[in-house]
Amino acid sequence: MISSAKIEQALKRIPYAQTLGVKPIVIGEEFTLVMPYIDSNIGNPVLPALHGGAISGLMEISAIAQLLISTNGKGLPKPIGINVDYLRKGNAKDTYARAVIFKQGSRVANVRVRSWQEDYDKPIAVMHGHYLTAKAE
Amino acid sequence: MASDEFIQHLWEMGPTFTEATPHSKKLGIKFVAVDKGRATMSLPYNADLIGDPDTRVLHGGAVTTLLDQACGLAAIAGFDEPSACATLNLSIDYMRAAKPGETIIAQAHCYKATKHVAFLRAVAHDGDERDPIATAQATFMATGPRNMQKTDKGEGA
Repeated sequence: MISSAKIEQALKRIPYAQTLGVKPIVIGEEFTLVMPYIDSNIGNPVLPALHGGAISGLMEISAIAQLLISTNGKGLPKPIGINVDYLRKGNAKDTYARAVIFKQGSRVANVRVRSWQEDYDKPIAVMHGHYLTAKAE
Repeated sequence: MASDEFIQHLWEMGPTFTEATPHSKKLGIKFVAVDKGRATMSLPYNADLIGDPDTRVLHGGAVTTLLDQACGLAAIAGFDEPSACATLNLSIDYMRAAKPGETIIAQAHCYKATKHVAFLRAVAHDGDERDPIATAQATFMATGPRNMQKTDKGEGA
């Protein structure tokens, strides 16, 4: 069982997560990270559009939080590599991210993350990443 | 249009592009240099960007943002016509943790630009280019000159 309070506590310890303003939403076994709209996440004030780096940051935190849940909080996973496709403009709106672990090996985990705004079926960005994790039990 | 005029235009817009972008400003990203198809930026150590409270190492996302921003300026500097641009794809390898307290430098190079797409490589390091923190490969799309105008109220993109 995932506890929202536990994830929130873990995120509170990460200053970068606070800078982006991300918060967890837990429904049953499913965990979603939300980045409520704030002006400081804007990358293009003319459009306006969110910064690609903020969207990527949201997805990277989402991947790390998902891995923390799966490894039961045993040490922060370290990123080895990420690949981000930007599919749509990130509007000046709340943004969501959800991560799925495709494979958890003994040391390396492969994670895919989707990021969307108003419509889950219209993702604004997708990421896949691999992470060095604590040894799986 | 690799004219002196274009290079001068890049030097004029570079600091604003970098430091007036709200998210880059929030992180503290600084403009360093720009040339035809090349851009350099820096990110001084900032405790608000820590990813691991125990080691005080910056979060990968902050390095991603710095590389994205540097690639963005290098892409603008790489296109023949002045244009705004948007990231299509960004791929990053994290070689090692950034040293707590050190400024991170990002150098981006647009090694090929077609009419609409720029192909870039970038490296992030903290003083020694041969000891990178992260390397990036990116593609950017030219979105036209109108998105650059500060007074434009249009929808854009």
